[in-house]
Amino acid sequence: MVQTKLVGDKERPKSVAEELAKKQQAISISEFFTKNRHLLGFDNPRKALLTTVKEAVDNSLDACEEMHVLPEIKVIVEQVSEDRFKVTVEDNGPGIVKQQIPNIFAKLLYGSKFHRLKMSRGQQGIGISAAALYGQLTTGKPVRIISKTGPKTQAHYYELHLNTKTNEPEILKEEEREWENKDHGTKVQIELEGKYHKGKLSVDEFLQLTAVANPQSIIIYKAPDADIIEFPRTSKEFSKEAKEIKPHPYGIELGMLMNMLKDTKASSVYGFLQQDFSRVSSNIAREICTKAGVDERAKPLQVTPEEAEKIFRVIKETKIMAPPTDCLSAIGEEQMIKGLKKEVNAEFFAAVTRPPSVYRGFPFLIEVALAYGGNLPADELVEVYRFANRVPLQHQAGACAITKSVIQTAWKNYGISQSKGALPAGPVVVMVHIASVWVPFTSESKEAVASYQEIVKEIKLGLQEAGRKLALHIRRTVKAREQQERVGLFEKYIPELAQALHSLTGEKKLEIEEHLEKILKKGLKDLLAQANVPEKETKGEDNGNTGS
Amino acid sequence: MATQDPKKTLKELGEKIVAQTKKDRNPEITFQLRNLSNIVYDKKTKTLRLGDKIGSRTFFNVAHAKKFLQTVEIASIIKKELLESGKHEHLRGVFYMTKRTIPGTKVNIVDEQNESDKVIEDLEVITGLSREQLHVSANKMGTMVGNIVLEDVGDTIDCSKLGRGGYSIPSITDELAFKTVGAKYILYMEKAAIFERLNEDKFWQKNNCILVTSQGQTTRGIRRLLQRLSEEKDLPIYVLTDFDCWGFYIYSVIKYGSIALAHASERLTIPNVKFLGITADDILKYDLKKHLIKLNDQDLARMKQVSEYEWFKDNKDWQRQLKMMKEFGAKAEIQALSARGISFISEKYLPEKIKNKEFLE
Repeated sequence: MVQTKLVGDKERPKSVAEELAKKQQAISISEFFTKNRHLLGFDNPRKALLTTVKEAVDNSLDACEEMHVLPEIKVIVEQVSEDRFKVTVEDNGPGIVKQQIPNIFAKLLYGSKFHRLKMSRGQQGIGISAAALYGQLTTGKPVRIISKTGPKTQAHYYELHLNTKTNEPEILKEEEREWENKDHGTKVQIELEGKYHKGKLSVDEFLQLTAVANPQSIIIYKAPDADIIEFPRTSKEFSKEAKEIKPHPYGIELGMLMNMLKDTKASSVYGFLQQDFSRVSSNIAREICTKAGVDERAKPLQVTPEEAEKIFRVIKETKIMAPPTDCLSAIGEEQMIKGLKKEVNAEFFAAVTRPPSVYRGFPFLIEVALAYGGNLPADELVEVYRFANRVPLQHQAGACAITKSVIQTAWKNYGISQSKGALPAGPVVVMVHIASVWVPFTSESKEAVASYQEIVKEIKLGLQEAGRKLALHIRRTVKAREQQERVGLFEKYIPELAQALHSLTGEKKLEIEEHLEKILKKGLKDLLAQANVPEKETKGEDNGNTGS
Repeated sequence: MATQDPKKTLKELGEKIVAQTKKDRNPEITFQLRNLSNIVYDKKTKTLRLGDKIGSRTFFNVAHAKKFLQTVEIASIIKKELLESGKHEHLRGVFYMTKRTIPGTKVNIVDEQNESDKVIEDLEVITGLSREQLHVSANKMGTMVGNIVLEDVGDTIDCSKLGRGGYSIPSITDELAFKTVGAKYILYMEKAAIFERLNEDKFWQKNNCILVTSQGQTTRGIRRLLQRLSEEKDLPIYVLTDFDCWGFYIYSVIKYGSIALAHASERLTIPNVKFLGITADDILKYDLKKHLIKLNDQDLARMKQVSEYEWFKDNKDWQRQLKMMKEFGAKAEIQALSARGISFISEKYLPEKIKNKEFLE
């Protein structure tokens, strides 16, 4: 409720609206986020520490991939005081040009990734600057960056604050520095209020899972009060480079279309439709203009909102080829298994990379891997590893399309037990990866994938395919085990039968036993092949069974 | 069969198996199948019996192994512990003698009594010996009074001098000897309560007969006893049960045999037994309609089964009874007759029915 004092002016009373107007002002984005930090994953000290590490590591991996170098990431989490931590993340990426550093680290919603459609870890340009801002708000300490773009250049060092009113960087310190033994790369350090823990939803778990989904990277990690851990590189194979694509007409909204009309370099609507969208041919561009009743030669800037709306509607009714899908980079079946083997001690692994598909004009693809048996606990619910563009998703499992799809899959068909409406139970790890130029998250903190019908369907198909592979394995091993048990049972039955026959006939027990064992050995193969069919002579039961 | 030496028969069964093993062949026991598909109604003898299908039980077969072991084990226990000592043991006792855990496994040779019971029935089929010949007994549940003098293990029993309790029929009746039989017929009843009524009224004395009862289903021992009295002493047997399908089935088992004991029909069934009551006609004649009990779903289901039995299917009299029961939508207990007076059954109902030969067959 707005409190407005109706204090009279000497000359004339001001209207309420005028009073209100005094108080109305643009809320800066930075201010908005300081008040709504949970939207970005800084709800509590534990999560803040995790989110900070996560944003920095995501950026580093993205940078290395862009440059096509095999990533080598160092992560150090130091405890400064009881509730204060220093997070340092260093990569061997391309480095950042000097002028960009302040904007990237100390300005919210600044980034190269938001405006383009390319599969990458970060996509909104909020992450690392929000982490820096959180550090600044909780400790007052600036974010420290050192970056080097080539072996012959000097490194740039910055200490930055973010002005929460203007959403502009404030440079506290800036200098050229030597960065010994480093050709190129970036190191960022943020001090923040946080809480370190182990286990579920921890930084340790995040890095472990990141290593699983990124087998081409080395991650070196130093946690507070712990030795340095190295997650080794298990593959030098570079995954296929993700390509940037233009938006598909089916994926845009009216507001976005209007913005694009304003920003386009094309000189006509006809040209705009072809140049700024994927899969719009000259024929289709013409068809859209004709159906919408818009002059195809009209300048994009002159298109009225009414016309834009018509174009928007016509697009939805026009048949347009699905967007290109070669822009996606899958982890790959072999790589997923390599990644899982690194962290999961299991006896069987299976992986499936689904062909790309499309939701709302955005291409995506689903990958599934399963680990089974070994040291995995047999009587607990299965563990689900969720990944979006190779980033582990740790929070909000229940709200995620991946978890829902795992629950909705009939695991009993594959030899895994499952209660109705629950995750299956058994010695299984399920890994699901969604790769897309635009992963639909349920919130800005990127914790759960939204349940688009097309996405859920693809995840389920992937799970089923992997499930069938698993079922085959289970049947084989279970069969082998059962066979072993059968033979064992016969071995135990033989002395009993021999003893009974001995007391019935007076024949020597040992002799009978020897013969029986001989028959067992001889007939072993046939015996193992026997299905466990019930005895032929089952007794007929009648309702009016006669008493003894 | 009677001359068979059970010990020798069991030993021969063992020797046959040993001979197979010595030839390194999978040990096998063959015998007539006892499942429903091999139960036939023999129209000539009017009894249920086993058909010609032969099944086999082999040791080295995942599904048979345990049953095979049970069969040989129980055969050896019966021979050694019962036959050789001349003692008898109850089915329950045989179960406990057999029950133990096989060393090195979690498997018990038998877990439930019905397993050993079944194997003993199997042994009857395999050897052609009756359970009684194998010295295995069951619960005795029957009582007898009347004009008959018996000899049981050397004791002489005059069944007309046994007061209210009567003679408690043993589980095994093969060895009973009938010394003198003064009675002219036997009245077998489902309900012990009716037996007590008739005994108190000295019905058997007034009508010169024998009264026999067994609470509920008729035990093997009683069936064997009735059969022997019917065959050896030529006594007519009349059956008195409730007017419901369970009662009808009691009569059916005594006359035609049962599915579970089809293999023993020859020594248990009594083809000329007659059903006395109570019938639908009795209910009408004696105006018992007020004392009926409504049929429930179970009754209706059982009615359908009973009406489809081969031996009832073409029997007009029985189909008529079932049809009337369906029309009443109700059944009746024998005790309903008490509505006409406490001794109505012994003074009027039974004498009249027997005199007028109002029987169903």
